[in-house]
Amino acid sequence: MTVNQLIEKLSLEVLNLEEGDREITGGYVGDLLSWVMGKAESGDMWVTIMTNVNVVAVASLVDTACVVIADNAEIAPEVIEKARTQGINLLRSSKSAYQLCNEQILL
Amino acid sequence: MTPANIAGMGVINGLQIMALTDHNTAGNCPAFFKACRRHGIIPIAGMELTTAEDIHMVCLFPELDAAMSFDAEVKGHIMNIKNRPDIFGHQYYMDEEDKVLGEEETLLISATDYNVETAIALVHSYGGVCYPAHIDRTSNGMVATLGDIPPEYGFTVVEFNDSANIEEYRQKYAAVKDAKVLCSSDAHYLWDINEAKNFIDIDDEPYSSSLVRNNLLKLISNK
Repeated sequence: MTVNQLIEKLSLEVLNLEEGDREITGGYVGDLLSWVMGKAESGDMWVTIMTNVNVVAVASLVDTACVVIADNAEIAPEVIEKARTQGINLLRSSKSAYQLCNEQILL
Repeated sequence: MTPANIAGMGVINGLQIMALTDHNTAGNCPAFFKACRRHGIIPIAGMELTTAEDIHMVCLFPELDAAMSFDAEVKGHIMNIKNRPDIFGHQYYMDEEDKVLGEEETLLISATDYNVETAIALVHSYGGVCYPAHIDRTSNGMVATLGDIPPEYGFTVVEFNDSANIEEYRQKYAAVKDAKVLCSSDAHYLWDINEAKNFIDIDDEPYSSSLVRNNLLKLISNK
């Protein structure tokens, strides 16, 4: 499944989209960035409620396919801007991390 | 722990200066100041603020008034969850005689809506100093939460839980390399309060507790 397909099927809000054709090959849920750095893998859909600017750095480091902010967590414009400069697919939803994963798996 | 027995424990442990940094409140600092004066200890009013990222930050203020103004500001920014005393214990406000003056109904252990950047600016606007607490702890430490001490925050000082971790963190994280390091007892119980094993030399002439506080805060906030 591509990021574009995920956005459409889960009705995600697009905060920044650089590479809609990127293939999603797995998933990871976590908010502690030290854990995400160690456990998430390249190509993952990463679901988190963390919106600190370091999310962009970690997504870039891990090379996730996209970051999905759950529960409509508030995100500062600077973070979206950072995602733009770093070329990170940054999405958001009012759904919880559990709901998002559940729906993604059922696709 | 009560304001009076914290100050009393400080005397027994040979401490000369103590900071009270309750989670998201400075409400017991006025009583703590009075209790410390009685025991000849220099008090510092502070708070252990929880940021929106669930990171604990130590905030210290040069004077009690500044801490109380900061406290009033923070009050409206704590998540609106009621305390359950059966789970988390009572959150009493006390006077210097350990008399209960009131109880905080909002759960103080939860997070505020300030992100780290906003928190730093806010503390500075009240003349205080703020730094990441127990960066070597996995729960609510900045390294565990953000994966780093981001250099752009410009911290001049960081707090460690265990001094044995200092060297490793200095090597791993650029922002820790040249930062000043504080090892606090982070006491949640009376028996956690350290004995006077760490010290900092501070110029205290002409002597006043206010001068010592201000010089200490200046020292840790200088690059």
